[in-house]
Amino acid sequence: MNARLQQAWAVLALPLIAIVMSVVVGSIVIIASEWLVTGELSPGLAVDAFSALVVGAVGNPRVIVNTLVTTMPLLLGGLSVGLAFKGGLFNIGAQGQFLMGALGSVIVGVQLREAPAIVALPAALAAGMLFGLAWGFIPGFLKAVSGAHEVVTTIMLNFVALAVLAAAVNGPLNAGGTSPITADVGNAALPIIIGRNGTIALIYAPLMVLAYGFLLFRTTRGFEIRVAGSSPDAARYAGMSPRRLIIWTMSAAGLLAGLAGATDLLGSTHQMASSYGTTVGFDAIAIALLGRTSPIGILLSALLFGALRTGSAQMQISAGVPAELVGVLQATILFFLIASPVIVKRFGIRGAKSGFEEAATITGTYGSEAVR
Amino acid sequence: MDQFLYSIPIIGLVFEFIGYLIAVLPDISPIILRAATPIAFAALCGVMCERAGVVNIGIEGTMLVAAFVGWTAGVYLAPVLGTDPSPFFGASPALVGALALALLAGVLVSVVHAWLSVSVRADQIISGTIINIAAFGVTGYLIALLAQSSPTGAGQFKQFTPPDVLTSLPLVGWIFDTILNQGPLTITLLIVVVLFQIWLFRTRWGLRVRAVGEHPRAAETVGIDVIRLRYRNVMLGGILAGLGGAYLSMEGTAQFQQEMTAGRGFIGLAAMIVGRWTPLGAFGAALLFASATGISQSILIAPPPGQLGDVLHSLPPQFFDAVPYLVTIIILAGVVGRSIPPAADGQPYEREAAH
Repeated sequence: MNARLQQAWAVLALPLIAIVMSVVVGSIVIIASEWLVTGELSPGLAVDAFSALVVGAVGNPRVIVNTLVTTMPLLLGGLSVGLAFKGGLFNIGAQGQFLMGALGSVIVGVQLREAPAIVALPAALAAGMLFGLAWGFIPGFLKAVSGAHEVVTTIMLNFVALAVLAAAVNGPLNAGGTSPITADVGNAALPIIIGRNGTIALIYAPLMVLAYGFLLFRTTRGFEIRVAGSSPDAARYAGMSPRRLIIWTMSAAGLLAGLAGATDLLGSTHQMASSYGTTVGFDAIAIALLGRTSPIGILLSALLFGALRTGSAQMQISAGVPAELVGVLQATILFFLIASPVIVKRFGIRGAKSGFEEAATITGTYGSEAVR
Repeated sequence: MDQFLYSIPIIGLVFEFIGYLIAVLPDISPIILRAATPIAFAALCGVMCERAGVVNIGIEGTMLVAAFVGWTAGVYLAPVLGTDPSPFFGASPALVGALALALLAGVLVSVVHAWLSVSVRADQIISGTIINIAAFGVTGYLIALLAQSSPTGAGQFKQFTPPDVLTSLPLVGWIFDTILNQGPLTITLLIVVVLFQIWLFRTRWGLRVRAVGEHPRAAETVGIDVIRLRYRNVMLGGILAGLGGAYLSMEGTAQFQQEMTAGRGFIGLAAMIVGRWTPLGAFGAALLFASATGISQSILIAPPPGQLGDVLHSLPPQFFDAVPYLVTIIILAGVVGRSIPPAADGQPYEREAAH
C-alpha cells in the first residue's frame, strides 16, 4: 500500500505543486494589478476571485454540465497534441486543424440542415474530421519529404486557416444577411442528452480517450509511433518507415483536432461567424504537457482547463477580474512543470517525472535535413 | 495540345505580373523594408541564440511582451517625462524611456528561457512554447485590465525625411528613399545586420560563439565558458527580439493589440533557416517574406490593369492575408534540406564533473 502511495505521489506531486503555485501566483497578480489600476490594496479580492471561479465551474449541476461541455473540445485537442508528442512531433497546428474541422462541419452541416439527423450529424462530424486530417497531413507530408519542421509550418497553417475561414464566411458560406455569418446547421447539431446543453459529445469524446490509449498501447501502429517518437534511429533500424509514421501521426492528430472543432461548432455555436475563433488549439498544448501525454493525464488536465474556462466567466462577473486571468494561471502551471527538475531536487520527490522522453526527438529534428 | 493552348494566357499573366512588379517596386520597397523589420529582428534573435546552440521558439512571445511593455510604459511615462517630439525621429523623452523598458523586458523574458534551457536543461522547444503561451496569457490579461480605462500611449517614432537631392537622383534615388525614409528602429536594423555579420564571422568573439554552437565540449576545453556564453547570447537575442516587438507598438503603429505579433516570430525562425543561420542571409529571407506582404498591399491599393487585374480581383481579399504565410511554408519546404543548423543546436550542455 505504502509503495503504491509513493508511486501515486511520484506521478501527481509535480502537477499538484504546479497547480497550487498557479493559485499563489494568480492571487499575487490579481492583488498587484488591482493595486496598480485603482491604488487600493485588497487581499480579499483574490479569495473572492478564486471562490467565484470554483463556484462558477462546479457550484451546481447546471454549471457542471457547462464545464463538461467546454471540456470536450479541449479533451479532443489535448489528445491531438498528445498523439503527436508520442510520435516525436510537435503539433502547434491543432488550432488551425480545429478551425478547419469546424469549417468542414459547418459546410456539410448547412447543406444537410433539412436532412434527417441520422444522416446530417454523422456526415457533418465526418467532414470535420476529414478537414482536420487534411490540415494535419500537410505539415506531416512537408516534414517527411523536405524536413521542414512542423513547429514553423503548423503555425503558418494556423494563420492560413484563419484566412480561409474568413474568406468562406464572407463569401460562399454567407447566410445572405449583412453580417458575416453562416446559416445554422439545423439538424446536424449535436443532440442534447443531459441538462440544457449537454450534447452527445459527452459520450463520444471520452470514448476517444479509450481509443487513444488502445491505439498507443495495444496496437502495432501505436507501438511503431512510440518507437519512432522515442528513437527514430531505432525505428528505422527495426524496419519501420519514419516518413510514413510522421505523415500518419500528423494526419491522425489533425483528425482529432478536426473532431474537436466539429464538436465545438455542432455542439455550441451551431453557425460560424467570421470572428469564430477559440484558443482551444493552444490550450491543447498545455493540456497535453500537463497530462504528460497519458490518456488519463490528458482527461484530467482537460477537465481542469474546462473548469477554469467555465468558472472564469463567473469570476469576471462577480469579482470583476478579467477572464483572461486563466491565461496567467495556465502559463504558471506550465512554467512550474518545466522548471520541475529544480523542484524535484528541492523537495526530494523520488521517481517524479515531469516531461516525456519524446520531447528530445522534437528538438533533435529541428532544422535538420530531410527524414531518411 | 489543349493543355498547351490553356497555358498561353497563364504565361501572359506571368509576364504582366513581372511587369507590374517592376513598375511598383520603387513605390513598395519602403513598405517591404518596414514589413521586414520585425521579422528580421526575430530572425537575428534566432541566429544569435542558435549559433550558440540554444533553440529559441519563444521569440514570438518575447516580441509580444516587448511590444506590450513598450506601449504600456509609454502610457505611464507620458505624463511624467512629457511627449514633446524632438526633431530626431520624433523621439520624446517618454518614448525613449519606454523603448529602453521594452528592450529590458525582452532581456528579462530571454533570461527565463536561458535559465530553463541552459541551467535547468529543460527541453528547449517546450521551454520556448511555454514562453509563448505565458506571454500570450499575461499580456492578454493585462491589456484587458488596462483597456478598462482606455489610456493613450506616448505616440510613435517618426520617419526620417531624406533630402530631396538624394531621393530625386535618377535610377538610384528610390534606393535612398527606401533605406532612409524610415523610422529609427528600421535604420537600426540595417546597421545591426552589417555589424552582426562582421561580428559573427570576422572576430574572435564570433568564432567563440560558433565554436560553442558546433562543439561545446571542445570549446570548453580551450577555456570558453559555455554556460556564460549561452546566457549572454540568449540575452543579446532578447534585445533583438525586443527591438522587433518595440517596432510593432512604437514605430509601425502607436498602440498595442492582443496577438499583434501575428506569427512574425515564427516567420523570423523560417527566415533564419532559409538564411542559413547567417545575419545577412536571414535579413535577405526576411525581405523575401515581407515582399509577399508588400506586393499584396500594393495589389489591394493599386491593382494592376488588364487581364491580370481581373484575375487578382476575382480572388477573395483574405487570400492576400494568407500570402505571407503560404510563401513562408513554400520557401521553407524548398530550402530546408540544404540548410544545415549548428551541430549542437538544441542540445543542453552539461559540464563534465570536476576531478
